Amino acid sequence: MEKIKTSSAAKRSGENDKPGSLPYIWRRLKKNPGAMVGLIFVTVLFLLSFVSPFICRYDYQEIVMKSRFTLPCMEHLLGCDEVGRDILSRILYGAKYTLSIGVLSVVVSCILGVILGAVAGYFGGKIDTLIMRFLDVFQAFPNILLAIAISAVLGAGFDKVIYAIGISGIPGFARMMRANILTVRNSEFIEAATSINCSTFRIIVHHVIPNAISPLIVQVAMGIASAALSASGLSFLGFGVQAPTPEWGAMLASARGYMRDYPHMVIIPGLFIMMTVLSFNLVGDAIRDALDPKLRD
Amino acid sequence: MALLEIEHLKKYFSTPRGMVHAVDDVSFTIDQGETMGLVGESGCGKSTLGRTIIHLLESTGGTIGFQGKDVTHLKKDGLKKLREDMQIIFQDPYSSLNPRLTIRDTIMEPLKLSGRFSGTAMDGEADRLMDLVGIEKRFRMSYPHELDGGRRQRVGIARAIALNPKFVVCDEPVSALDVSIQAQILNLLMDLQDQYGLTYLFVTHDLSVVRHISTNICVMYLGQMVETCPTQELFDHPMHPYTKALLSAIPTVDIHNRNQRILLKGEINSPINPKPGCRFALRCPYATEKCHEPVELHQVSPGHYCSCCRINEIKDEVRK
Repeated sequence: MEKIKTSSAAKRSGENDKPGSLPYIWRRLKKNPGAMVGLIFVTVLFLLSFVSPFICRYDYQEIVMKSRFTLPCMEHLLGCDEVGRDILSRILYGAKYTLSIGVLSVVVSCILGVILGAVAGYFGGKIDTLIMRFLDVFQAFPNILLAIAISAVLGAGFDKVIYAIGISGIPGFARMMRANILTVRNSEFIEAATSINCSTFRIIVHHVIPNAISPLIVQVAMGIASAALSASGLSFLGFGVQAPTPEWGAMLASARGYMRDYPHMVIIPGLFIMMTVLSFNLVGDAIRDALDPKLRD
Repeated sequence: MALLEIEHLKKYFSTPRGMVHAVDDVSFTIDQGETMGLVGESGCGKSTLGRTIIHLLESTGGTIGFQGKDVTHLKKDGLKKLREDMQIIFQDPYSSLNPRLTIRDTIMEPLKLSGRFSGTAMDGEADRLMDLVGIEKRFRMSYPHELDGGRRQRVGIARAIALNPKFVVCDEPVSALDVSIQAQILNLLMDLQDQYGLTYLFVTHDLSVVRHISTNICVMYLGQMVETCPTQELFDHPMHPYTKALLSAIPTVDIHNRNQRILLKGEINSPINPKPGCRFALRCPYATEKCHEPVELHQVSPGHYCSCCRINEIKDEVRK
């Protein structure tokens, strides 16, 4: 009788999700207003970037010399740039580049970083020393400098930027994954798992990773933010996505000569970069809170 | 009948400064249904010994006999079977439970891995175990951090006894708990022993706890066994100078009849590449040249073994 009561009570309040499972994270994320604002902003931006060719009144690369330097008005909501292209169309179209560079380069650094870090942390000894000293060399350079160096070697272009930023992000992920694995693998519950006949594979999947993963998810969200920023930085310096493509950093770069007379040309892309980075950071923070069973509501 | 026979068991750790002799040539037997108390100061190798016996650490030398068979070098299936018979309860109930598993999942894990139970039988078995160790059913979906130390330790006990082991290493299971909870946990352990005929190796540095629960006691110093005998005998007639000093450190409440505290002088030797001979010799008030020759455990009275080579000469002095 009691058994039935407890299980139905658990179902009613939706409390039976496991922490770490997606519905559980989502349920707790919904309670965080900052995260929801961030998530909505990013999602809307992402969707708009795909439908922008159909909903915008102006083409993102249409040059109209008579509307050069138009300030924001009813015709052009965010004004026009130095060759009369509509900034709103360009921002929305460019969002696709900034966001996908952010996401894809984090995917690259996350996959490679986690593998390297997990191998180093789990096996230790010489393998650990070898991997970590190699990554130390990478980390000796500031991130953006390393990204610049790599893109200087690879050349400019959308996919090259992803590799450049992705590779420069590997040491961070590897170091964090290694540190997490090290703390978790010396816990007594790992020993306990061994003593009840858990296989190495099950120990890693069932006991080590769930306890080592939450800082990683946060790092992913934060990493997207900084990768988007680096992408804009690279484009600004001319290494990234090339000229007619309206990447936000490239827009900033081409507008900087007119900054004094027409500040809207730099403020608007700058504001979008800032909002995007902020949104990812808010979501990252909220995911960290959602994954911590000690902060259970 | 002896359930567990340890002979000349050694566990060395390799460190940059040399070999740490964490457990060095330890031999003893534990009979079915008995409790062997393992006492000694911090870092003397008590926990390492316990972990080596249940194969969480690989032994460097010596043999481990279990139920009359040599199980020292078991691998794979044999080891799997053995681990179901040998379990461990950890000292720290905070780090011994996976923070991301519910109480029920933690208790069910050994059941799942053993493959002995079907789905519904497993639920019932988990409920029975929770009942057995005294955890209320309302905690089954809770996470470890929501429980107090005593309840967490009960979960650790439930996990250890889930597969009906014959032998359980209790690695200081009560030293992280406050005194009122300690008593509850000790009683639970003793009840389970009565009910299932469990055999314990009870590792602790708390002599009053060990006196309460053990049938026999083994005293360790720096990886070596210095004395072993039945509990009452040890408290009445300690032989080894170290045991004597250890017992004199138990606080008493009677202010008129205080024990004379034996204060040890000198440094603890390093367990790294130790010299042969009695490791206690540097701090022992009775040490002579003879003590720096290799020592062996020898019987001083029936069932009472001691490693001191001068025991017959200093017996009277020590008893005073």
